[in-house]
Amino acid sequence: MQKTNDQIIQIRWHGRGGQGAITAAKVVAEAAFRSGYGGAVMAPTFGTERRGAPVTTSLKISRSKIYDLSPITTPDIVVVLDHMILHEVDVTAGLKPGGWIIMNSPRPAEEHAFPGYRTAVANATRLGVEAGLRKGVVNTGIIGALERASGLVGIDRLAETIAAEFAGRNPEANALAARLVYDATLIYDNQTGGSPDA
Amino acid sequence: MSKAIIESGNVAAAMAVQLARAEVIAAYPITPQTPVTEKLSELITAGRMDAEYVAVESEHSAMAVCIGAASAGVRAFTATSSNGLLYMSEQLHWAAGARLPIVMCVVNRGIGAPWSVWNDHQDAISQRDAGWIQVFAKDHQEIIDMTLKAFRLAELVHIPVMVNYDGYYLSHTYMPFEPPDAARVDAFLPAYQYKHALSPERPESLNTVTLPDARLDVNGIKRGGYMDIRHNLHEEMGMAIEVWEEIDREFQGHFGRGGAPVLDPYRCDDADTVIVAMGTMANQFRVVVDRLRQDDGIRAGVLALQMYRPFPGSRIAEALQSARHVLVYEKGLSYGNQGALYADIKSALYPYPSRPQLHNFIVGLGGREIPTESLYQTTRAACTEDRMRPPAQSDAPQWIGLQL
Repeated sequence: MQKTNDQIIQIRWHGRGGQGAITAAKVVAEAAFRSGYGGAVMAPTFGTERRGAPVTTSLKISRSKIYDLSPITTPDIVVVLDHMILHEVDVTAGLKPGGWIIMNSPRPAEEHAFPGYRTAVANATRLGVEAGLRKGVVNTGIIGALERASGLVGIDRLAETIAAEFAGRNPEANALAARLVYDATLIYDNQTGGSPDA
Repeated sequence: MSKAIIESGNVAAAMAVQLARAEVIAAYPITPQTPVTEKLSELITAGRMDAEYVAVESEHSAMAVCIGAASAGVRAFTATSSNGLLYMSEQLHWAAGARLPIVMCVVNRGIGAPWSVWNDHQDAISQRDAGWIQVFAKDHQEIIDMTLKAFRLAELVHIPVMVNYDGYYLSHTYMPFEPPDAARVDAFLPAYQYKHALSPERPESLNTVTLPDARLDVNGIKRGGYMDIRHNLHEEMGMAIEVWEEIDREFQGHFGRGGAPVLDPYRCDDADTVIVAMGTMANQFRVVVDRLRQDDGIRAGVLALQMYRPFPGSRIAEALQSARHVLVYEKGLSYGNQGALYADIKSALYPYPSRPQLHNFIVGLGGREIPTESLYQTTRAACTEDRMRPPAQSDAPQWIGLQL
């Protein structure tokens, strides 16, 4: 008899309505599934979306089929597409000790030190433009930072999946954005430290 | 799962309708069903589906168009949710009474007032006596497979079928599933042939005013009155359970999936505590059952009810004969009484020798979150409860997750 899974990697995405967090989470789900994770469930916030308002998307990844579709409450990783959301939302809510905060920010990783957590930071907004994307397209770039921190799937497979998802919509530039961000991501481990501001 | 794709539940439903080669789609958009109709309209416009999309001004008209199409011998499909389903209620009864094999996806959502766009099962439950077959899917694979099987069932028994799946939990969630091969679907689901299809060459009177008593038709053959016709609907609906099982076996032969078309038990063989639920919550309970067994040594199992109407009462009662506790969790109720499913299960058990202790839980109405932890806690508390509560109290539904 197939048992329900014991180990589920839970990733919560924070973005703004229209920013493409759902597409990004779907790309990672697809790439994870293709690389052998039999369970990949992506659920957007259950509700009414408005452009520009903070939104979240849940992504669960597991080696076997996922039976529990309830929303993520204790993520292993949170991905933040816009660092300004930190002023509006507690992105660390429920985040497991030692968990990852993946962030698109122009500021250095040290400035996003969360006590007890690890941060991976890159300027996906600037690197997206360098890759040839319209300013403000960050959802493909941020995937590179997630991969750099988690090593979940491999950047090559992610770049391929991005190119396939964006077929006809600037596929090379979107894939390149993820690669540029992957290379530029800086990590700050603050698992044992306190807040530098404290 | 090599051919599997990752898509939303609504897309899985639309793909099933495309594979089924439905010829008329009539639908009115309503959250969370809207993406089904958008996808079908897109497929038709792109020439990837040979069907007529009829944009109607209401759900009542959507079902009316499906009734017309099916009467003309055309395979028809619609989808709706919540108040949209209720708005077509009159036509639902008509479609069933007229014995038209329409298939409809109901993307389950709470009913207003007050408005809620979120999930529960009250829409489907409120239409349980309309004479439609109702099945419930637990994941995307079941949505696509069940919808295909629903067309086969509807056309074999001449009773319309409602394929229910949870709004948002499935409709807007992405997960892997394998779309069945189109050529094999054609072999599994032959073109719809209706012997009473409207035709000027062969005039017939259909569903006219029918007298209380049976009478002779124009050829001198005795024909039933209203009550006899309705009796046949009831009898043939009961027989649909076995037809559904046979269809599932055929489907398994073609696609290798299936085997639990009516009841889908998980770890029930030695269970003395059995949870009964429909839709995604039944899958969520698999995690709870594993934990109860591992952490608490409670021999628990979950029985997913895949087919709600016709009600497989004797099958359920037999499946529960060795259980000490039966816990019915549901997302809808008969107001002023108790959970509709709970009442059905209680009545199914009455003629059987073993009557387990029954518990009724109402959860998740209007999308109220159903934390897996609270399912675990309430299940554990119920089956370790040693004192017997007074009958009236133990028979009353317990509301889980109230924020009053």
